Amino acid sequence: MRKSHVVMAGFAMLAASAVTMAGPAGGTVSGKVTYEGTPAKMKPIDMSKEPSCAKMYSTPPVAETVVTGPGNALGDVVVYVSAGAPDEAAPSTAAIFTQKGCRYIPHILAFQVNQELKISNEDQTSHNIHPLPKLNREWNKSQPPGTPPISEKYDKSEFIPVKCNIHPWMHGNFAVLKNSHYAVTPETGAFSLANLPPGKYTITAWQESYGEQTQEVTISGSETKTVNFVFKAKPY
Amino acid sequence: MRNINISKICLSLAAALLLVGIASAQDSHIKEPNVTGHADAGKPLYYRYCWGCHGARGDGNGENAPYVTPTPRNFVQATFKCRSTPTGTLPQDQDLYNTLVRGFNFTNMPSWAALTAQNRADLVAFIKTFSPRWKTEKPGDPIPIPAEPKLTIESMKHGGELFQKLECWKCHGQEGRGDGPSASTLTDSNDQPIRPFNFTTSNRSKCGRTNQDLYRIFMTGVDGTPMPSFADVVKPEDAWDLVHYLRTLQYNSPSPELALWMSTKEGHDIVEAKKVYNTNTGSGINP
Repeated sequence: MRKSHVVMAGFAMLAASAVTMAGPAGGTVSGKVTYEGTPAKMKPIDMSKEPSCAKMYSTPPVAETVVTGPGNALGDVVVYVSAGAPDEAAPSTAAIFTQKGCRYIPHILAFQVNQELKISNEDQTSHNIHPLPKLNREWNKSQPPGTPPISEKYDKSEFIPVKCNIHPWMHGNFAVLKNSHYAVTPETGAFSLANLPPGKYTITAWQESYGEQTQEVTISGSETKTVNFVFKAKPY
Repeated sequence: MRNINISKICLSLAAALLLVGIASAQDSHIKEPNVTGHADAGKPLYYRYCWGCHGARGDGNGENAPYVTPTPRNFVQATFKCRSTPTGTLPQDQDLYNTLVRGFNFTNMPSWAALTAQNRADLVAFIKTFSPRWKTEKPGDPIPIPAEPKLTIESMKHGGELFQKLECWKCHGQEGRGDGPSASTLTDSNDQPIRPFNFTTSNRSKCGRTNQDLYRIFMTGVDGTPMPSFADVVKPEDAWDLVHYLRTLQYNSPSPELALWMSTKEGHDIVEAKKVYNTNTGSGINP
């Protein structure tokens, strides 16, 4: 009796360890994106032509074309697997793009091909959402305050600048990607691409004004490989 | 020898039939007037009349293109300004045909009314061969335009409120002169400066001059320019009110709307106060 209990407990432990082993499927690529040199100083945005937005800020917000953090860290960089991973079906969750305080939140929105994109306006002013794709269809829609979110999707992978013609300082980017292995760096510049099955991958880092860089990495088992990117900052 | 000749003839006949078969996949179907255009017939017309600006490859980079503003249409991208279809979709053949008849006011694109209807239909068919989009996508469904409601003072006043609420004035200006606060910053999708329509100088907008055309323009938007589509945010009856109001901004273009507006003291005073009625006015010519 006692013996069988011990055996069963042993089985239970084995089963539990098997479950925890199954958790991290594949390896991880992580690292940090930094810059060298002096990036251009981001200018404050003059929103005086749109008082309803200007009053939302005690100090004027600055442009977001280059976002930096302590230790030369570079934020708002899209790091993604550009080759080596199969194309994936779009997730059922929508990517959310919000217009608030006459700015785009987030400034860079990464999502997958054919994934639903929901755009909403939380401002007291009309915006027009005008993405400027080269490969996908170009559309341009008005969104006055209080109107329902716009639902769209893109069927080709592409980096798409987005602007509002009414408020010329408003500028954002869509990163339409083929698989779910992507990250947009925060101000720390750190990123981590998890759940990569063993194989050879091309990792690409894209920054809207510095362009893109690629590195090759080979993953075997559930190891974590470090890949760092260093962009040359443009002083203007 | 004779046998060989016959087989040669047979072969070339078969090839010709095959060619006809391929060409028929690149037709255009115009309802008004009822003509069918063929790309192979449009090709020589294109390389006679169009390629100087639109380019040998249809990419808008013709020999004259550097001197033309706004830049000639890029048929490879297949983004078209004047459509009856929703923003981001391909236009109907009829839309392209109508554009050829009308031309684009205030641009280098003339009216091609001097060609025959068959010529224009053939050109539409040929223009569609430049972009692969025509093979993979269908044109959008035309945005329905309900019958125009009766013109009333209230309709025009409500249209004026919408002009404020939808912030049309941000670009087009409070008086519709195309001089709103954002006007000077506008660029088209080719990064070229572009000016909003100045209602005071003309009633001939790029995509047509009838009330239905005006309705269609702000419902479909003008793709490739800053003018967005309002189809998802404006109700049809509100859109008609806005059309009626826009006519009252066209001080120098007689219309039933302007006449009714001027017959009221309020409307008359507004127009008179601007001191532009029956004058050569506006902040400049339209782009």
